[in-house]
Amino acid sequence: MFKGKFIDNLPKIYGTYTGGFLVFIILMAIAEQAGMSAKLIGIFFVAFTVLIYALIGYLSRTLQVDAYYVAGRQVPTVFNGMATAADWMSGASFVAMAGGIYFKGYGYMALLVGWTGGYVLVASLLAPYLRKFGCYTVPDFIGTRYGGNAARLCAVLVLTVASFTYVTAQINATGTIASVALDIPFGIAVYVGLASILMCSMLGGMRAVTWTQVAQYIVLIIAYLLPVFWISNKLGAGVFPHFMLADEVARIAELESQFGLGTVKNSAADLATVPKGLAGITKAHSDVNTTPWKFISLAVCMMAGTASLPHVMMRYFTTPSVKSARRSVGWSLFFIFLLYSSAPMLATLSKLSLMDPNLATGIIGKSIADVQSLDWYQNWNQANLMFVSDFNGNGTLELNEFFMGGKAVVLATPEIAGLPYVISGLVAAGGMAAAMSTADGLVLAIANALSHDLYYKIIDPKAETAKRLIVARVLLVIIGFAGATIAALEIQGILGSVIWAFDFAMSGLFFPLVLGVWWKRANAQGAVAGMLLGLASGTAYLVWVRTGGAGFWGVTQLTFGIVGSLVSLVSMVVVSLMTKAPDAATQRMVDEVRVPSGKTVLGKQH
Amino acid sequence: MSKQQQHWEKTRGLLFVTLAIWFVFSIGIFFFGAEMQESNIRPFGYPLTYWFTCQGSLGIFVILIFWFAGRQEKIDEEFGYSEKEDD
Repeated sequence: MFKGKFIDNLPKIYGTYTGGFLVFIILMAIAEQAGMSAKLIGIFFVAFTVLIYALIGYLSRTLQVDAYYVAGRQVPTVFNGMATAADWMSGASFVAMAGGIYFKGYGYMALLVGWTGGYVLVASLLAPYLRKFGCYTVPDFIGTRYGGNAARLCAVLVLTVASFTYVTAQINATGTIASVALDIPFGIAVYVGLASILMCSMLGGMRAVTWTQVAQYIVLIIAYLLPVFWISNKLGAGVFPHFMLADEVARIAELESQFGLGTVKNSAADLATVPKGLAGITKAHSDVNTTPWKFISLAVCMMAGTASLPHVMMRYFTTPSVKSARRSVGWSLFFIFLLYSSAPMLATLSKLSLMDPNLATGIIGKSIADVQSLDWYQNWNQANLMFVSDFNGNGTLELNEFFMGGKAVVLATPEIAGLPYVISGLVAAGGMAAAMSTADGLVLAIANALSHDLYYKIIDPKAETAKRLIVARVLLVIIGFAGATIAALEIQGILGSVIWAFDFAMSGLFFPLVLGVWWKRANAQGAVAGMLLGLASGTAYLVWVRTGGAGFWGVTQLTFGIVGSLVSLVSMVVVSLMTKAPDAATQRMVDEVRVPSGKTVLGKQH
Repeated sequence: MSKQQQHWEKTRGLLFVTLAIWFVFSIGIFFFGAEMQESNIRPFGYPLTYWFTCQGSLGIFVILIFWFAGRQEKIDEEFGYSEKEDD
């Protein structure tokens, strides 16, 4: 069926895969009609897709260093774009973002702008140059460009702090979905999620992660778009929701004032009875309700964080050329755009389904007893993601008496809107794909930095290939387990941890990376100061604000990267100028990086 | 000025243009979020600021990156720095 090389056959292979997945969805739909239980459908969806990823991971096993670290640098432009999109869109994008927009409106839409705008920085400031450099990992670039183990070690430190914060959130997300879909306790589900993550990456490193991520992108984008289009058409809101929901947005504003949003407030005693983590609608859907700086500072942090997160950057090390690295960033953003532009539409449709009394699905204004007897309400109430209570005792459900978890907006909306259960199963599989693909990229980024930069470059430079790859795999398992253990503690919500990760990365890595390419005068001392002081000041600010500090300039615990990166920039420039300029060889190296043609700075095997 | 310096000059120029456009649509317009929301310009019927946050800016970034990549390729060609093996 597939003659010739694997790479040449990619469109055919993934075309067949997509077709197969669609057939699987149809089969499940038929099975549902034939009476298969909802629980069984959920299990089938999650188990089937995870097994496929594991199979791809197994088939991509490798014993070569450059295949393990950079997928042999032969991933075609568009496919790398898809893999990056999956790598990028995490449980936070898939499960939590629409929920954030649903509850917080305009303030959270800064995330949409920030998480896409960052790619302009990636494309113009960094990706093509780092590809030309020919490094395996981000600390590999820092270590070689600035020279010396100190700089390399600092980069490993920042990378580990940022990526580890991020990965716990992703393992948390896989755990949540696995526990709902497979009906097992969260504490166990976290490790089930971890096992599936490791199956994809352990044997084949970057090569395996690349090809599973492409497969995961296909599942997650189908799982996100299908319900959005379906619900929109079912409500008669528009054939193509993205261009046709203006009336619905206006209708929500009308309902909000009708139901007394912002005027009817819950008392503290009432709110104390609401289960932890659930929230009601308190912000208007489409009003611009924050100060400009609050919006802009969050967007800025997410953009600079995007350009400093190593698991994204290392995807562009895998393309065949500098030119394709550049174009690949464009494709990545295009594939991300497909999902991000749909998130506000999903939030709109979800809110309208629940609120509009003219719709059969609307629950606001119905009697409390009726709502409590709904099947989907009982399911999600049991999962601790939904709650109603008759605070004013009038027997009907008011807008301020309905509470939902952020995750439920994506996971439960198909059920609320009355779609067949097969769609809910599909959404669970999509959420699993999103969280797994990001977790894989992150665990691999940390393990690669530790095995390549710490073990091979600093501790044992004479290690043989086989030994290097064994160390890399052992570290992968250890980091995965550490992440799962912390995820099981549930310290911070998914969205909060992810935002922190961006701030950490921005504090420590943004300026050392950018100036490494764009400022020849930057030297090792400056870079070390920039990374350490940036990370330290950012962390200190976070701790200070978390422990009741007032903060300044309106910088909150979600935007502490602004403080960190400013300190990083100033200290890097000052220390660089106070110490000796980099030697001629380093300057030549920077010149070399700025020209796309010719050999990479680091050799093919290093 | 050497060939390499000229190439870098042009590359830097392109960077500044790209970052300027990026700045306008990621930061600049949101200083005027409240004013724009009241505007009579309503793409597809959505309030203007709402539209920019959920589609407008995002779409502009996608186009901007492809435009940037195309321009950079032209600059590289002009100075003979294009890579030989392309996909």
